[in-house]
Amino acid sequence: MAANGSPVSISMTDGVAVVEFTNNKILDEANIKEIGDRLTQQIDAATPPKLLLDFSAVDHLSSAALGMLININGRIKARNGSLRLAAIKPQIREVFVITKLDKLFKILPTRGEAMDSFKV
Amino acid sequence: MASSSRHFVIPSDFAKMREVQQIIMTDVEGQPFDDEGIFAIKLALEETIINAIKHGNKFDPTKTVTIDSKTSADQFEITICDQGEGFKRKQVPDPLAEENLEKSSGRGLLLIESYMDSVKYSNGGRCVKMMRKNRKL
Repeated sequence: MAANGSPVSISMTDGVAVVEFTNNKILDEANIKEIGDRLTQQIDAATPPKLLLDFSAVDHLSSAALGMLININGRIKARNGSLRLAAIKPQIREVFVITKLDKLFKILPTRGEAMDSFKV
Repeated sequence: MASSSRHFVIPSDFAKMREVQQIIMTDVEGQPFDDEGIFAIKLALEETIINAIKHGNKFDPTKTVTIDSKTSADQFEITICDQGEGFKRKQVPDPLAEENLEKSSGRGLLLIESYMDSVKYSNGGRCVKMMRKNRKL
């Protein structure tokens, strides 16, 4: 669990910033902005940035959250980095499928598989 | 549980929106919708009220959002109206088009229309009426 109420908890494993969401909902604009700011800091601090977003705690997200993820993806690409999404619950996965964002993002079933995919 | 009808008029304010969402979702969860139905209604409700406050009323504190919901064991139905300038559905860019796939906005309507069984716009786009049947029954 993250300290001081942060919406994300970030740890480093083998050069990959592993991001866990601490709230089961990614809905509020302020919350989404805070997540975006934290991830942007993380991206800008590494060369090249490698981020793994673990969605295992997430039960709900909004289109605004998808927008934030797209911006994060663009920033990582601009810095020649890599982004992986993992452990997305079926209902949330469906949101990515409906919006065709499952084609834009690299989504892996588990965190382990996502970690392995950075080595390829 | 008996069916519920609700009527709200709220300012363009996310805190008030959350209060209304909670009341409506309590109605929905009191009916025999399955998890998929509850997820769909919650997501569509979120996107629609945010659209009304943000894109419709543009956070104008003098403008309100009117919400009328009917929740029964058979279906969920809601009409949400804002006091903005309205919009034409056909003029909203398709977020699934290749050139729009990496744009960070414009997916709310797609999600609403995907998760609801019917979505109708009226009053120049200021009102949206949507319905989802209880597919579990």
